[in-house]
Amino acid sequence: MLTASPQGEAPLRSEHDIVLARQTVRKLTQQLGFSLVDQTKMVTAASELARNAFVYGPGGTLSWEILERDGRRGLKVRFADEGPGIPNMDLAMTDGWTSGKGLGMGLSGARRLVNDFEIDSTVGAGTRVTIVRWK
Amino acid sequence: MEHIPILRMGEFLLVSIQVDMHDQMALKLQDDLSNAIQKNASRGVLIDISTLEMVDSFIGRMVADISGMGRILGAETVLVGMQPAVAITLVELGLALPGVATALNVERGMALLRRKIDGVGSDADSITTG
Repeated sequence: MLTASPQGEAPLRSEHDIVLARQTVRKLTQQLGFSLVDQTKMVTAASELARNAFVYGPGGTLSWEILERDGRRGLKVRFADEGPGIPNMDLAMTDGWTSGKGLGMGLSGARRLVNDFEIDSTVGAGTRVTIVRWK
Repeated sequence: MEHIPILRMGEFLLVSIQVDMHDQMALKLQDDLSNAIQKNASRGVLIDISTLEMVDSFIGRMVADISGMGRILGAETVLVGMQPAVAITLVELGLALPGVATALNVERGMALLRRKIDGVGSDADSITTG
């Protein structure tokens, strides 16, 4: 991959897609000139959320967009799936709670790694998580 | 499928993770390591992650599991070479890897492993983190 386009989408249907999601987000944060720590935070958050979409979704779509506001640039990444949705959001956002076999740090941990975190889930229809990190 | 090689050096096993692992690869490494510990009666495992640019909760859990599983099989594990940006992110994510011994680099990791093994049965726990 040479450069990632400023806006795009990719499937999250296999474990390999999770790796590709990490690489895409890494490339985008590098293009935006994020510090190494900020790159790593955004890539790690993306990895957690891409895995959630793949494991619980099961499978979904990654989309991204470079933002510009008041002279600042940022990266918005969205993870959308059409899975069972999250019945109890407070519980799902709790450190250490997991409905599966993970560590339960995915959602709550990812939120700490980004500037903006939005989650929108409907039982039976799916979950959309949107994260933004500004340079 | 790609896999991570495990090198044997006397009573130690050495692993250097140099690729962006997908989850099955991480699980395979965990399996391969437990088999190698048993087959070689290894007493120490050194895992180098100096080229890893990211450790998420899945990889973090794999490392913690290897460390716990190794201990049950009689081998101590030391994780070495974590990049500062990775360490900062991992702690913010909420994973401080309790129970996993770590060292700055391979050299210090080997020294720590030797001390741990030599100290078994005495006060070795004082050098175990967590």
